[in-house]
Amino acid sequence: MRVLTKKKLFQHRFFLFLVLLIVSVTIGLKNPVFFSLSNIYDILKSSVVMGLFAVGVLIVIISGGIDISFTAIAACSMYVTSKLLLATGVTDSLVAAFMLAGFTGLLLGIFNALFISRFKLPTLIVTLGTASIFRGFMLAFIGTTIVNNLPQSLVRFSKLALFEQTLPNGEIIGLSFSIIILLIFILFCWILLRYTILGRGIYAMGGDPVAARRAGFNLTAIRYFIYGFAGFISGLAGIIYASMMRNANPFDLVGTELVVIAAVVLGGASITGGKGTVTGTVLGVLLLVIINNSLIMLNIPSYWQKVAIGLIILAGTAATVQRKVTERQGKLV
Amino acid sequence: MTVNQGEIHCLAGENGSGKSTFINLIGGFYQPDSGQISINGKTFKHLQPIDAIQEGIQIIYQDFSLFPNLTVAENLALNTLLEHKRRLINWTEVKRIAQNAIAQIGIDIDLETPVSELSVAEKQLTAVSRALLHDARMIVMDEPTTALTRIEVDRLFQIIKKLQTGGISILFVSHKLNEMLEISERITILRNGRVVSEGRTSTFDPQELVYHMTGRKLTTGDRALQQRRYGKNHLLRVVNLFKKNTFRHISFDLQASEVIGITGLLGSGRTGLALSLFGVNPADSGEIYVDGDQVTIHSVPDAMRCGLAYVPEDRLTEGLFLQQTVEKNIVISVLASLLNWCRLINRNMTQILAKKWISDLQIATPSEKTAVQWLSGGNQQKTVLAKWLAANAKILILNGPTAGVDIGAKMDIHQKIRQLAEKGMGMLIISDDIPELIQTCSRIFVMHRGELIDEFATGEIDETHLVQRIGELM
Repeated sequence: MRVLTKKKLFQHRFFLFLVLLIVSVTIGLKNPVFFSLSNIYDILKSSVVMGLFAVGVLIVIISGGIDISFTAIAACSMYVTSKLLLATGVTDSLVAAFMLAGFTGLLLGIFNALFISRFKLPTLIVTLGTASIFRGFMLAFIGTTIVNNLPQSLVRFSKLALFEQTLPNGEIIGLSFSIIILLIFILFCWILLRYTILGRGIYAMGGDPVAARRAGFNLTAIRYFIYGFAGFISGLAGIIYASMMRNANPFDLVGTELVVIAAVVLGGASITGGKGTVTGTVLGVLLLVIINNSLIMLNIPSYWQKVAIGLIILAGTAATVQRKVTERQGKLV
Repeated sequence: MTVNQGEIHCLAGENGSGKSTFINLIGGFYQPDSGQISINGKTFKHLQPIDAIQEGIQIIYQDFSLFPNLTVAENLALNTLLEHKRRLINWTEVKRIAQNAIAQIGIDIDLETPVSELSVAEKQLTAVSRALLHDARMIVMDEPTTALTRIEVDRLFQIIKKLQTGGISILFVSHKLNEMLEISERITILRNGRVVSEGRTSTFDPQELVYHMTGRKLTTGDRALQQRRYGKNHLLRVVNLFKKNTFRHISFDLQASEVIGITGLLGSGRTGLALSLFGVNPADSGEIYVDGDQVTIHSVPDAMRCGLAYVPEDRLTEGLFLQQTVEKNIVISVLASLLNWCRLINRNMTQILAKKWISDLQIATPSEKTAVQWLSGGNQQKTVLAKWLAANAKILILNGPTAGVDIGAKMDIHQKIRQLAEKGMGMLIISDDIPELIQTCSRIFVMHRGELIDEFATGEIDETHLVQRIGELM
């Protein structure tokens, strides 16, 4: 039995990996630029923000919840941080920028946890409400204009690169340093979910919250951790996004939350909770980012990207559900 | 109430008598408004779950409290790791703990299987092994036998006896008479939230137990419908029915006014057979005759057209819309007959029909507008029955009609089965409850590995023989 399940889990990730490979090779054959170093660096750089979001979302989804306020938290964090740093003149410290953004995100995440824990409201409703509150609050009290002259620290961070080299045509390419931050969080999350009691508690809670409480897990504490962490990581993603864009636009990031959730679900996480892996999520994110960035290379109009992403999400989840249906039928007797 | 060390104590009472609340108090999940709990001489006013665990109290809930998404090994080890306040997981340790756990009661379960793939009995054994890991001094089992077959129950009882010799007290919570009398040394009976009786098991007899639990005398209309009536036609005749991997060579017949029973181990294909007859998983080959005419049953509507009705084992997930009212549940399968001239549902007729069945079957509900989820198990079961009776079914397939139902409701249901049979309905009962089959059926079939291997007329076999026969099949 176990061999079968192991194979199944393996299959899902393997299947995803295959799709990723096929998509890459197809694009690469049509347009060899796809496999150029600069394009690969580009894709990785584009994965950073979505990847960070996805890690936060993964943990929330495994716990049986859903968070759609993370883009609002990210937008809020980056905008508040940029404004505040410019206003106080602390434009030189990168650490200050990251701490402030992370802290803002953490605070907003805890606000989510408060409602979810204290009032036992469904997570979807809470985050739907708080997303609107965060965004509205920011626009009403902090401002609506785009910050174009970001603090120096953030501008410098955006230029920070690994493996820098000069191409024969004089172009300088390099891997954005921000990828390191993503890698750190991926590793952190992997260890958290696999090797800590807290992580297993998150799975347990997603599997059966009543049983988790009876087993002695402190669900309130776990919830504060989950939503606080998701907020923190969203805040960081927000400030990295601003640094990459070289501006802080309070209207940005809106509407991308569903694509991130789709990437996580595509990566094998169960929307009903209890299941999901970091590797699957990483593959899901990469697949969606490549499709987003590269279909244009095949001369496919950008509208079709949306269709392609939709189809992949449907096909990916349908495959999972179909397997469950067959499993169930096998058990009816 | 008091439970002594190494004692098997039974907490009896009907559904809704307060057993579950009581368990939750012992486990520390609810706080008592007044009174106190003493464990090993320590007195608690506000017992917390973690205190209960540290004092050696382990509760095995009716739903087992397992994590379906995690493996058996992790389910077994997680509580222990939590108790030791670990922060990190060492997967070799998890495996070691899990192996210890199952070795204690000598069972064999693949530790790497996700719990969602286990059978009910395996889940229960997993829950028992997990409870034993905690140096438990008292294990509370909440209705542990509800989903088990007789053989599995025997196995559980052996394990309980073994635990007892180790000095562990067992609080066995149940409403099944024979099990209580069989396993326990002392019995405490709850009714409407009060202890109504308490004493050594040897001082109770079944009638007395029923009286204390229900507050009414056991009506002795328990005469079985033993005379087999030979009508002109078979109401239902099944010839050589076959479904791959489920059952084969199934042939039997059912007369009008007859009740026949099918028993067998879980996994013997009995539920599969019922689902095939009802068109859920149609059979691959074979013939089905209703009233002498051959019929094809490929879907549930096909089966309903032939007058077949099915009351499932798991009425909660298969037979009822829990959030909907009793009324809506009763009329769901006859909606077409309740339409008015503009094809909308006639509310008056709906209400009249629902009220008729509520009073006919004595469904205890505040009103026909109450959601089914608030009714007790027995009344939920009656609601499913009402749904099919309203649909004028001729042949009723009942799968475990009284599983998880308390004695009062069980008596009502048995009586109803007899009444319906007298009105000409044919019934096929699938059950583990041998006394129930002997009381209600004229013939009993034993199913094993997908085949009907034995047929007994109830006159020619008694309970012990039948139980023995099934025991041989293990």
